[in-house]
Amino acid sequence: MNASTAVVVAEVPRPSARRLSSFPAVPVAILVFMVLLALGADVLAPHNPEVGSLGMRFRPPAWQAGGSTTYLLGTDHLGRDVLSRLLFGARVSLVVGFTAVIVAGILGVTLGIVAGYLGGWVDEVIMRLTDTWLALPALTFAIFLAAVMGPSEMNIVIVLAAVYWTRYARVIRGEVLSLKEREFVRLAVIAGCSRLTIMRRHILPNVMNSAVVLATLMLGVVIVTEAALSFLGVGVPPPKPAWGLMLADGKRGLMAGYWWLTVLPGLCIMFLVLAANLLGDWLRVKLDPQLRQL
Amino acid sequence: MKRFVLRRLGYALVSLALLSVTIFVFVRLTGDPALLLVEPGASKADVDAVRERFGLDRPLVVQYVRFVGGLVHGDFGQSFYYRTPVLELYLSRLPNSLLLAAVAMSFSLLIGIPTGVLAAVRVNSWLDRAGRIFALLGLSLPSFWIGLVLILFFSVYLGWLPSSGSGSVLHVLMPAFALGWYFAASHMRLTRSSMLDVLGAEYVKLARLKGLPERRVIAKHALKNALIPVLTLAGINLVIMINVAVVVETVFAWPGIGRLLYEGITFRDFPIVQATVLLGGSMIVFVNLLVDVLYGMIDPRIRYER
Repeated sequence: MNASTAVVVAEVPRPSARRLSSFPAVPVAILVFMVLLALGADVLAPHNPEVGSLGMRFRPPAWQAGGSTTYLLGTDHLGRDVLSRLLFGARVSLVVGFTAVIVAGILGVTLGIVAGYLGGWVDEVIMRLTDTWLALPALTFAIFLAAVMGPSEMNIVIVLAAVYWTRYARVIRGEVLSLKEREFVRLAVIAGCSRLTIMRRHILPNVMNSAVVLATLMLGVVIVTEAALSFLGVGVPPPKPAWGLMLADGKRGLMAGYWWLTVLPGLCIMFLVLAANLLGDWLRVKLDPQLRQL
Repeated sequence: MKRFVLRRLGYALVSLALLSVTIFVFVRLTGDPALLLVEPGASKADVDAVRERFGLDRPLVVQYVRFVGGLVHGDFGQSFYYRTPVLELYLSRLPNSLLLAAVAMSFSLLIGIPTGVLAAVRVNSWLDRAGRIFALLGLSLPSFWIGLVLILFFSVYLGWLPSSGSGSVLHVLMPAFALGWYFAASHMRLTRSSMLDVLGAEYVKLARLKGLPERRVIAKHALKNALIPVLTLAGINLVIMINVAVVVETVFAWPGIGRLLYEGITFRDFPIVQATVLLGGSMIVFVNLLVDVLYGMIDPRIRYER
């Protein structure tokens, strides 16, 4: 038994080292593909995503009996083309996802740097707030904010940023605490740099790696949350094509066995989130050894 | 020890205060709270009456004191739709949420711990890889979509399980699995990394040197210690489960707190939405306090750190 354990231990680093250097082709390909589809939705979509014809309700995909090539992936309860809605839905998910992650990132990184570098009561106030907001169940908090603000794409971004900036703030503050003891920061202080300059020129570039890793990992979380909010009716307002909204509409046809209305939008969410998570995991190991334990 | 508990208690109180301030401020930042507190379609006179009744024309500080005063007395307002105090509604739904969370937690532990242990004992075997894919899927799939697909298979195609409602053992299976997969994934990951840590520890080496069979080393010496962080996480996750089940409960029409929140949203019943967030947040603050104090009791090192 001892011998076999020793072998196992010796073997561990090699495969993981190989995985480390290999470029994550699959997730990147999925993301690029999704972005291209979203960008080209106007050209690619065969129908208007928001208008359907009631005579064409609940048509199955083309390969099933009763389907036609006019509606490749079938139609929903209002006779709208599912393929077109999926394409435009990709645009909504990606735009909301990326914007929310970036806005949350700017907010969280700024507050994290300020808290970590200035310390004292500023740190105390920001971190107490961060801890409290982290304690709130993210989805419930997002629903509360969305209910207060009313549904719109803009508000969704604000809600998601307001809920998720804390994840950045916590990690970035921790890094700043160790960065500010480093030689180059002390020298900058001696050289007479203002605190603002130090935070901007010397601290910020050094936490960017972590910020990018966190942002990639957050992308999946944010996209799922947006879908959940839209599913519950406090996210993207209908008749806009968003994947979460499509799932909510798909529930009407679920018991009748209209699987394409439920399975297809869900698969889109799954592939996008999976790609973001895989890329985030790879970036984490690649860019930031400190975050490996996360 | 006493000082440690008091400090943690202080932190928890600060958290609760910040929580109430957050909710209070957001409601007032984003528009006229009187409009949120009247029923949809109320007249101008009704709005004014509410403004007066809740003192919304008074200075913010006075309003805040009254708001918190109400909360302390258990007054979370009145539901527009059910015409009963929100707290009563909440408490009547809580047992259902607890049941769902308990079953989901059992799933997540029964799946997460064994697969985590196997993955740690056989690093990079096919089992480890399969476990990693299972975890990745659990962390990437939206729970409500898992629920919808389960309904499609087990209710619509196979007709084995009821698609919605509550009342029997069969009703709880699908929502619990949909809710539990994500947590099974996180428990699996933690079990795996915790086992790997423990398997490298001196006392495990000693147990092996003594010539104990590997099976006993793993079960008796490694697993017992590796489980401590996993069970802590599970305790916290149980409370989180109760509070994030909104979408799953909506999909399965499960009459828990999440469903109550959903009804609050659809009927524009704002007091319900506000109370659910406040109570959910307080629950989590309380559990964090409990875990901190318990850890402080077990491990003196934690007591003295800041």
